[in-house]
Amino acid sequence: MSTLVEAVDLAKVFDVSPPWLNRMLEHKPRQYVHAVDGVSFTITKGKTLALVGESGCGKSTVARLLVGLYAPTRGQVRFDGLETQTAWNTAEGRALRRRIQMIFQDPYASLNPRWMVRDIVAEPLREHALVSDSAMLTDRVSELLRQVGLSAADMEKFPHQFSGGQRQRISIARALATQPEFLVCDEPTSALDVSVQAQVLNIMKDLQRQRGLTYLFISHNLAVVRHVSDEVGVMYLGRLVELADKTTLFASPRHPYTRMLLDAIPDIGMTGRARTPVQGEVPNPLSPPSGCAFHPRCPHANERCKRERPALLDFKGIRVACHAVMEGRIAVAA
Amino acid sequence: MSQPLLEVKHLRVEFPTRRGTLVALDDVTFDIAPGEILGVVGESGAGKSLTGASIIGLLEPPGRIAAGEIWLEGGRIDDLPPDRMRAIRGRRIGAIFQDPLTSLNPLYTIGRQLVETIQTHLPLNAGDARARAIALLQETGIPAADARFDQYPHQFSGGMRQRVVIALALAAEPKLIVADEPTTALDVSIQAQIIALLKRTAKQHGAAVMLVTHDMGVIAEASDRVAVMYAGRIVEIGPVQQVIHQPAHPYTVGLMGSIPSMESARERLLQIDGAMPRLNAIPPGCAFNPRCPKVFERCRRERPDLLQAPSTRAACWLVGPSSEGVR
Repeated sequence: MSTLVEAVDLAKVFDVSPPWLNRMLEHKPRQYVHAVDGVSFTITKGKTLALVGESGCGKSTVARLLVGLYAPTRGQVRFDGLETQTAWNTAEGRALRRRIQMIFQDPYASLNPRWMVRDIVAEPLREHALVSDSAMLTDRVSELLRQVGLSAADMEKFPHQFSGGQRQRISIARALATQPEFLVCDEPTSALDVSVQAQVLNIMKDLQRQRGLTYLFISHNLAVVRHVSDEVGVMYLGRLVELADKTTLFASPRHPYTRMLLDAIPDIGMTGRARTPVQGEVPNPLSPPSGCAFHPRCPHANERCKRERPALLDFKGIRVACHAVMEGRIAVAA
Repeated sequence: MSQPLLEVKHLRVEFPTRRGTLVALDDVTFDIAPGEILGVVGESGAGKSLTGASIIGLLEPPGRIAAGEIWLEGGRIDDLPPDRMRAIRGRRIGAIFQDPLTSLNPLYTIGRQLVETIQTHLPLNAGDARARAIALLQETGIPAADARFDQYPHQFSGGMRQRVVIALALAAEPKLIVADEPTTALDVSIQAQIIALLKRTAKQHGAAVMLVTHDMGVIAEASDRVAVMYAGRIVEIGPVQQVIHQPAHPYTVGLMGSIPSMESARERLLQIDGAMPRLNAIPPGCAFNPRCPKVFERCRRERPDLLQAPSTRAACWLVGPSSEGVR
């Protein structure tokens, strides 16, 4: 098993300062948001890494860094051994773009309403000059539509003629057009109803099996993540707090935040079960807490947690960023 | 069981359009007992929110109640004139909506909004109303309620805003609370807090709650009974455990199977092919028949009413005395 995608100490800082005039007149300081702050992971070929976390934790920023929609402030992304940031602008970068594709969250916003489905799905084919004549183009598009469970006749329709689930299939078909190896999926099912979500998730799994696709799957829904992923990374305020294979993470979560998330999520298996309520809310990313960002909400926090930021370290086969776990202050349930 | 607090009988809501009348709700019948939480689930467009809007008398024109009755505490409320309904809304029925930012006025402090609501419905002077408002904020878990009283909605986070909205809904001690997707706009860790709060306040005030959501997890967590809606009708209703674990209607079976669960590690999710029909193209017979794996002749011809299934009531020809049920 070889590594296909590697993120090394990836960071992205956004400048959210007030305009120059306001800074001068009102003496407001410059302000920065560390949306992603030192995230490292690898994804094995043919596997799915899922990133979970609450809104504002930086998971979508990671997705955009990986496909080159943002340039990293620090760190790098390697795809198949190639450093992507310098490669994007070279001849190799063009080939790279063909191998990496993205599926967006909102199928109502990610399809051009004035384009027919044929043009939407064919755009990557034309852009990368993968087809030579229009007959071939029609063949390819109809084949792609069939693969995602639509029919060739749908080519002549516009996006508004489809339901949310069908539109998401169109975006999957478009993403598959260049025969990519790596798909970045940013909350691909959050805008869909559950029965439709099941259809889309099943298609994604089938495609992975047939084509050996590698996925980065971004979601806030842990049950969905459990269903699709092989490995799971939990993010909190721009940093990975735990990274483990799916079975380990769900069977014995180590980081207090992971435990809190697992505890908090209403699940159909948990009817009427009493459980510990979660305290507090996600802090403002403009002024993150000192030390471990989770310490104000953490039941195990002590002086060290407030002072010193924990690094993501190996711990019994997983990676976790927590002083309490490392010091053995948290009793681990078997 | 005690006398139901809310009774909805054969409710039918229509939207007249140029191309004919659309029937958005048809023959919806259920009741809620005092202190009970009834969950209403279904996919978008199934009619869950419309049912809630009909009860609180806020149907958007041209939508109208074409048939059926709604009874609150033994009195009929669906045919009341607007001003009488206005007195009931807020006083006897509290409403909580999905987006806490749009249910609060951004130009007034939350204190002013609470006091206004309290004084509209209860004969209290300014001082007492303020004291009650602060007590409500404390009860809904807002820290430093005294100081927060004079702040504006934008100074609150999403979860805190939803607490304020719940405080507003509880202001006049309503007997019925209609909560339409109260946790959908919130983060998961906040969701659990809000659900716990809803449950606790409903119990303490003895209020009946109609909880509308598409999130089965939230329903499992919070409600006592569940009504599953499909294409404007209730297809199954029963105690929450039974609906989740022993569903009788094939749609409920499919819906439950399509939800990825934390407990079962199924390799493939059950999927219901196709999509819910549009209101102008509801098939004859059972509305679910084109997608149903167990469809037979009668389903295409005749529409089933809610029938007694082993542990729930389901609108399906496969349940009832003359069949052994779906398994």
